Amino acid sequence: MSVKAPRISVTVAEVLEVNPLIKRFRFVRSDGQPMPPFSGGAHIVVEMDDHGTRRLNPYSLMSVPEDSSGYSISVRRDDTGRGGSLYLHQHVKPGMAMEIGYPVNLFSLDQRAKKHLMIAGGIGITPFISQMAQLTSLGGRFELHYSVRNRELGAYVDELKALYGDRIHLYFDDEGDKIDLNRLLAGQSFGTHLYVCGPKGMISWVRSTADAAGWPKGTVHSEEFLAPPVGQPFTVELAQSKKTITVGATQSLLEAMEAANVDAPYLCRGGACGQCETDVVSCDGHIEHNDHWLTDEQKASNRKIMPCVSRFGGKTLVLDR
Amino acid sequence: MRSRPVYGELTPRPGSGHLFVADGEGAEAILDLFQKAGAQASSLLEKSHIIYMPGPNGTDLGVRLEALGAAQYHRSPSFASAQSRLKKVLADAHMGLQIYLAGTEGLMGQAQRDVIEAGLPHEAVQTEHRGSTVRRVQCVHCKGITENVRTDPFKCSHCGLHLFVRDHYSRRLAAFQGVNIDAEDPGQVPDAVERFK
Repeated sequence: MSVKAPRISVTVAEVLEVNPLIKRFRFVRSDGQPMPPFSGGAHIVVEMDDHGTRRLNPYSLMSVPEDSSGYSISVRRDDTGRGGSLYLHQHVKPGMAMEIGYPVNLFSLDQRAKKHLMIAGGIGITPFISQMAQLTSLGGRFELHYSVRNRELGAYVDELKALYGDRIHLYFDDEGDKIDLNRLLAGQSFGTHLYVCGPKGMISWVRSTADAAGWPKGTVHSEEFLAPPVGQPFTVELAQSKKTITVGATQSLLEAMEAANVDAPYLCRGGACGQCETDVVSCDGHIEHNDHWLTDEQKASNRKIMPCVSRFGGKTLVLDR
Repeated sequence: MRSRPVYGELTPRPGSGHLFVADGEGAEAILDLFQKAGAQASSLLEKSHIIYMPGPNGTDLGVRLEALGAAQYHRSPSFASAQSRLKKVLADAHMGLQIYLAGTEGLMGQAQRDVIEAGLPHEAVQTEHRGSTVRRVQCVHCKGITENVRTDPFKCSHCGLHLFVRDHYSRRLAAFQGVNIDAEDPGQVPDAVERFK
């Protein structure tokens, strides 16, 4: 996908306050047609015109995959972020016209699994909501372990309990609950796959614990979208386009290229998928590699950059774009 | 040929249990693994289960393998007779069990197929090729499988067609593909060459 990729024109059908931090948005197609189908774990990129700043942020779809009447996303407000979630929370109202991208799945269920063990932290619950709906209609086995800060901020806790009963296990941080991961992993029948979505620390904890317990890499799946970090403004030369652009403090390099009408590829816009990988022609300075796509060797070589989340500090950076 | 399996070298990995399936010279890959494990060998053996059968060339190193002293050692006359045991072990197992396969391609392919059916990705299984290179081949015409194919072409043991042995491999069938070599000019069959020993 790139800036010129086709979009779906949608109307905001519903905005619902789930709890003090999370709002749910439902989009339906403005032309009345059905939405394209998606699979559990897929996300969409929501385009926002934030008072002149164009934002394209990825959000996991949490509606039922078979429901083509609309898409639902849940957005956690980040008061210190760049403003995408704040814009959605403060300015998006029912009836508004917006643009979204087609669904893309970088966190799909592995259908070879005999059972799906899901671990969610906070807003990381959203992809699992669509995955559990998909497994329910296909008849797949699953259990979910969902960790939240407290009862008030436990989004969808009651709804999930009502739908799935004892397959949902809840952990409230402020009540001292903690997932006994070693025990949980040791008791899983052969052929179980593990999925984790949540804060960075939780993902690395689950990944390293599973690795030490002998879970093969191909049975452990995770998703984490990074928000592009803010930083100092910097200048980049684009060799193919013959343009020199300045990346603003709260802008990502990808967004700056798009603003300059450079057709740069992307999918997740969160450092995970690898689609925006760009060759570095020359670099006199330091690339702040913020992605988890490039290998450590690639990062050290300064020959590649992921413009969706990475930044630069120094004299000159020339990219093959 | 992308589907041609690539085999590695067995290495001990952390896990809650260790299941070995081997035939013929594959026994030596297991013996080498415990040699490499050094001081950890005894704790590894306490959680190990070895299923072994002689190779298609008659090689039987069962006595040396049994002498390792694994928690469980089971000798079978053939893969067919060992398969129900393998399936039962996988059905009762928990995640954390490590799988090691060694020996001929036919044995590793069939055991790997059972592991994949139990829900593990194929790359999660360690393999090491030892011993005979004879192939398990499926006739694409009658679908019958001929074990221990030595020559190319060979005569299908089911329908009698002369088959060219391709490198095209199916994990689902655990077999290479055999295609009629004289379909266009019936009777024009090249001399059989012993390609697999």
